[in-house]
Amino acid sequence: MSNDSKITPSTPTGRILRRFHADPLARISVLIIVLFALFAGGTALLSSFNLNWPFDPNITNLEQKLEPPSSHHWLGTDNLGRDVLSRMLHGSSISLTVGLIAVFVSLTIGIVVGAAAGFFGGITDQILMRSVDALLCFPTFFLILTAVALLGPSLLNIVVVIGLVSWTGTARLVRAEFLTLRETEYVKGARVLGQKSWTIITRHILPNAAAPILVTAVLGIPDAILSEAGLSFLGFGVQPPQATWGNIIADGKTYLLDAWWLIMFPGLAILIASLSFYLAGDALREAAESRN
Amino acid sequence: MTSFILRRLALSVVLLFIISIISFFIVTLTPGSPYPWGELNPKISAEVKANFRKKFHLDRPLPEQYAFIMKDLFKGDLRSIKDDRPVMGKIMERLPATLALNFTAILISLSFGTLLGVYAARNAGRWQDIVCSFVAFLFIALPGFWISYLIAIILVKGFGVPILGTHSYGIAFPNHLAAYLDTIWHLLVPATILALGGIASQSRYLRATMIGTIREDYIRTARAKGLPEETVLYKHALRNSVRPLVTGIGLLLPALISGSVIIESIFAYPGMGRLGYEAVLERDYPTLVALNFVVAALVLLGNLLSDILYAAVDPRVRLE
Repeated sequence: MSNDSKITPSTPTGRILRRFHADPLARISVLIIVLFALFAGGTALLSSFNLNWPFDPNITNLEQKLEPPSSHHWLGTDNLGRDVLSRMLHGSSISLTVGLIAVFVSLTIGIVVGAAAGFFGGITDQILMRSVDALLCFPTFFLILTAVALLGPSLLNIVVVIGLVSWTGTARLVRAEFLTLRETEYVKGARVLGQKSWTIITRHILPNAAAPILVTAVLGIPDAILSEAGLSFLGFGVQPPQATWGNIIADGKTYLLDAWWLIMFPGLAILIASLSFYLAGDALREAAESRN
Repeated sequence: MTSFILRRLALSVVLLFIISIISFFIVTLTPGSPYPWGELNPKISAEVKANFRKKFHLDRPLPEQYAFIMKDLFKGDLRSIKDDRPVMGKIMERLPATLALNFTAILISLSFGTLLGVYAARNAGRWQDIVCSFVAFLFIALPGFWISYLIAIILVKGFGVPILGTHSYGIAFPNHLAAYLDTIWHLLVPATILALGGIASQSRYLRATMIGTIREDYIRTARAKGLPEETVLYKHALRNSVRPLVTGIGLLLPALISGSVIIESIFAYPGMGRLGYEAVLERDYPTLVALNFVVAALVLLGNLLSDILYAAVDPRVRLE
């Protein structure tokens, strides 16, 4: 360990990364996330040039319907003879897009609300935090389902709605960080120097709250992926013929006894992808909170 | 204590007001036809449409519509757009099943969450702890609809075990006990799947506080007295680490009701989650507004009860 500390810079970020890297589960999770992102990005890139590997996800072939996994169709075919692996690869880019954009939306709202409540306090804090309390009483998935069903299921509506209902956790966390950091010496010093609120918030407080915010962001991605999968399963996700992990399962559930691969593989993909994000996020939290 | 409860009730009224406004505007500001028939259905005359709009106050400005909905909700006159039945009646007939399902799920979350959390805290840093946290995140990451579907199909079709609905149909039970057990069995499978996420979150919270508690002096004293490790952990340490479990119950409820939207549909369980899903499919917005209101009221009540329960568990806590 003493060798290690010589070569790693002793910045806070360096220490967090070193502790994160020391966790084997975290390393495997990051590897899976990188593979997942490469597959999703690669599939999206290839299909933008009209190239599809291994097959076109929407080409039906009724002569080859419900074929079990084989060397030709690695994960089998569905009831219309479409290749399951190709459909899952296309579904992975939907899942990743939903996860990233929904988290971006919820993080933006959560940081703005939490920062305003924590920094200004008083009546602003009261109004914002009572709204957060009210939103926390809603069953989140039911709220998402209602809004998406009524607005009409499209990729844009889904990410915006998931983002709009899931910022409460971030807002509470950012507010708590602001309440602590606002009392620190360097923030008081900045105030005495007459710096503007905006400068104090963006230059002095937010960078010091970056680690816990990053952790909620990573943990928010699988939440969004699971919500989208649930919506797709109920028929309110991104609409067919676009394949998503959730709608492959929804289409395949009728054939479960004859074609287990239709429901097993996409389910495992959702499970493994979200599990990796949860484990990576938790390892990051441990690394950021640990004081040694 | 009384003033605490009164203040909390006043706050709850404010929150319920915000909640009713949010749910009202989500269902009214979204595009689409509010009619139980299609907007352009040629068989429906303009007169029928006008009467329908008048009956459900759809011809009024939005703030007035909101006032009408809330007035009807409190008078118990709110009617479903879909089948013209009183909304509160529809919710009340689902309430017992929902309460049974969620109460069982909370019980399972708390008991297994406690066992898993104490075990993880006891072995903190060792491989058992890593396995526990892996299992906890596995439970959270399991897509509820997927695992329910697998289990439902495997049990029903593979083994012929009946688990759909609230009880088995077409079977003459030899006695009340058998019928009773049958109902419990139908409750247990969906409740366990629903509880998986709760087990995970409760065990993680408990592990974090337990690790702190175990280092306290009085735990060392208890061990030095020669008390069995189980007594030390479950009597001395657990009582002082139980706060996140108790305060977590209130937050568990909205998550459980979210989960039950899908799980109740799969297991054909007649609870409020399924009612909500049906109301979404039918765009039945009086039911949606009322349902959100009732669920929120239950959540607020749950939060209040968990705070009172917490004061009862921990004599150091005074509710002021």
